[in-house]
Amino acid sequence: MSNTQADPEYHLGEKESTNYINASKGLMSWLFTIDHKRIGIMYLFTIMATFALGGFLALAVRLELFTPGETIMGPDAYNRVFTLHGLVMVFLFIIPGIPAALGNFVMPLMLGAKDVAFPKLNLASFHIYVIGTIMALYTTLYGGVDTGWTFYTPYSSTATSQVVMMTMSAFVLGFSSIFTGLNFIVTIHKMRAPGMTWDRLPLFVWSLYATAIIQVMATPVLGITLMLLAMERIMGIGIFDPALGGDPVLFQHFFWFYSHPAVYIMILPGMGVMSELITTFSRKRIFGYRAIALSSIAIAVISFLVWGHHMFVSGQSAYAGMVFSFLTFLVAIPSAIKVINWSTTLYKGAITMDAPMVWAISFLILFTIGGLTGIFLGALGTDVHLHDTYFVVAHFHYVMMGGTAMAFFGGMHYWWPKMFGRMYNEFWARVAAWTVFVGFNVTFFPQFIMGSRGMPRRYYDYLPDSGYQLFHQISTVGSWILLLGMLVMAVNLFSSLKKGAEASANPWEARSLEWLTQSPPIEHNFHDIPTVVEGPYEFPVAGAATETQGAASSDS
Amino acid sequence: MESTTQAGSFWLPPQASTSAAEVDALFDFILDLNYIFFAIIALITVGFIVKYRKSEDNPIATSDLDHSTLWEGAWAFIPLLICIYVFAWGFKVFMHSTVSPDNAMEINVTAQKWSWNFKYDDGQSTSDLYVPAGEPVKLIMKSRDVLHSFFIPDFRVKSDVVPGRYTTVWFEAKQPGMHQIYCTEYCGRQHSGMHRKIHVLSKEDYAKKKSAGFEGRPEGQDPAEWGKQLYSKYGCNACHGLEEGEVKVGPSFYGIYGRKGETQDGTAYVANEEYIRESIMEPMAKIVKGYAPAMPSFKGQIGDDQMDAIIAFMKTLK
Repeated sequence: MSNTQADPEYHLGEKESTNYINASKGLMSWLFTIDHKRIGIMYLFTIMATFALGGFLALAVRLELFTPGETIMGPDAYNRVFTLHGLVMVFLFIIPGIPAALGNFVMPLMLGAKDVAFPKLNLASFHIYVIGTIMALYTTLYGGVDTGWTFYTPYSSTATSQVVMMTMSAFVLGFSSIFTGLNFIVTIHKMRAPGMTWDRLPLFVWSLYATAIIQVMATPVLGITLMLLAMERIMGIGIFDPALGGDPVLFQHFFWFYSHPAVYIMILPGMGVMSELITTFSRKRIFGYRAIALSSIAIAVISFLVWGHHMFVSGQSAYAGMVFSFLTFLVAIPSAIKVINWSTTLYKGAITMDAPMVWAISFLILFTIGGLTGIFLGALGTDVHLHDTYFVVAHFHYVMMGGTAMAFFGGMHYWWPKMFGRMYNEFWARVAAWTVFVGFNVTFFPQFIMGSRGMPRRYYDYLPDSGYQLFHQISTVGSWILLLGMLVMAVNLFSSLKKGAEASANPWEARSLEWLTQSPPIEHNFHDIPTVVEGPYEFPVAGAATETQGAASSDS
Repeated sequence: MESTTQAGSFWLPPQASTSAAEVDALFDFILDLNYIFFAIIALITVGFIVKYRKSEDNPIATSDLDHSTLWEGAWAFIPLLICIYVFAWGFKVFMHSTVSPDNAMEINVTAQKWSWNFKYDDGQSTSDLYVPAGEPVKLIMKSRDVLHSFFIPDFRVKSDVVPGRYTTVWFEAKQPGMHQIYCTEYCGRQHSGMHRKIHVLSKEDYAKKKSAGFEGRPEGQDPAEWGKQLYSKYGCNACHGLEEGEVKVGPSFYGIYGRKGETQDGTAYVANEEYIRESIMEPMAKIVKGYAPAMPSFKGQIGDDQMDAIIAFMKTLK
């Protein structure tokens, strides 16, 4: 047993030459692995590719909007491009994103477990994700869809594009999400190391738990909704088409019943990563552990009650609008608590602005803007003016990209040395992070302004004398800055795989259990399951006792 | 006439309706909340990072403060109070801006891919909207096909327009002027081209123009000239080109009058007055071979005088 307080390096003994990467060779050993770490890595690379695809679609959208009239494509192509941008980013990047790519790898290590509860289900999750992705991309070869990622009826039930094929791709992808959620819930309940009580769980694990609840309970509703849409198109059942006695607004209720909780699937894991980064890089315990842990659960529950705030001007009753508006304000409170607690955690810490922390601070600033601008939209009186304008587009990009994507990149940098045993170049990593922060604001802040001035969304074109062109042009230039930052990040990370300095087991001197393994970890994570005697953020504090019991090391 | 591009405040368009100021007051309050709370978080974050930077003088944390029931309670409770206050204010503004006064003048609105049609109580219909200043107006709206949404930024009004049911908006325009109407629910190819103007006229002008016909032929204007304006107004140019061989969605109208061709089922046609009228009113009847059935009908929208003018214009296209 070693005294970890005195030895921040978690004395591990000799680094073994066999790790999960070189334990077995060949493509089949990866494609049919049941090692959660290999599955996480495969997800990571696939998700980076889908993010790049979604990003290039966005660059095309922004380029078209640089001038009024046709710039690089006609209206049909534009409508398909913005639709595909949404579908790829939502279903192929951000929903699986952090849980599949980072959670799969890190969470069992954080628990002191040797794998997830159902390793083969985990592999199935990945295979289904790949199949769904192929189906979606295949659909684009036949012209794709131009309905927007939200598939509102009756346009989607009558349009001539490939709606059935695309919705069935999303249907398949939903199972990947459900299986991951189920696996994570059982793993967190049943596979924690001895001594790891619920109040010693890293907050990333709490966030994955809350996310998993939503994944399992909400995704089936989307599946059924898309199935009904397919049936409407194929069999004319008349559930959404008024000509057959149906109600088009009903689709919106069904769709948003999943898709609102879905946005919390997107943000909660990002918030979990934030707690890890803020604590490690200020070298302090989190402020308000219990509040942050329970706020994740509160968000998961309340998220099911607010879907109608997407429908205030849909023809929904004012009474319904009132209820949804009230509940929407309630769901904002737990998020506010987290943001304030993260800021407070910095108080009297010892803060370093390493690349993961630059991403974390970006999240803090950008998510705050995204969350505060949500107030305009949750309030009925102002939402009428702002709904379906660029104000909404800016709001959700600030929370989804300024929030989740920043957390994803921060987490990726943070756990990169653990995953690959290599360090990236710190200077270029910071350059990339700051470039993305600047580019993000240049791209999306003007969209708030043109939105509140009336610029509608999903517009291929705008009137030359409307006064919106300058904002569009600034936004497009911002997208090029974003591209630059992303390229620097990609080149830096990928070149580190071959040329990066060898990473130690615990380069950040952090305190959670994943840092008790070598970098990269051995195939089964731990030779002996560690016993946990303290929380995950027990950093040394000036003036406090220096001899305390640390987590028992498994390798001594 | 007030220009449509006149700027309002930095964030918002001009306040052209009587409800706009109330909406903007709430917007401005929320904006202030945004500025204040963003400043608090940003200053605390940046301030702490600068002050507590890790260095030789500050190598480890100097406080193990990890919770405070008082502070945490405060920053949960105070935001909650503010949220409830904003909710209540928002609800009040919403009820005022969506429940129309009893004496409002009613105008019927029909949306279709990709145009608007406005029908008045005397039966006439127009493609731009005409309303009097200083009087409440209620729009009763329906769609002929998919979801659309009626949005006048300067008035702060918006509602989805749904097939199979009616939705409404109301407003009172403050003074004469012209403002932009947008469709703001994605509805396909020409979603961004489905814009019109709302013309606010003084009460006297409104009565005069209504009895003459809002979109009747302007005094002394050549029918073919008027036809050319109607051609743009009804959005024909979105799908039809005027140059030789210029194919957009539908055939080019270069040399259209008297043109001979074949329809989908091989029947011969001649583009005379009757063919042009039928193609506008019943576009599915004789689709030209090689083109998709994409054209919407303008039945109930284009009156007889307007039709004559459009045909006169088409005769000039050589």
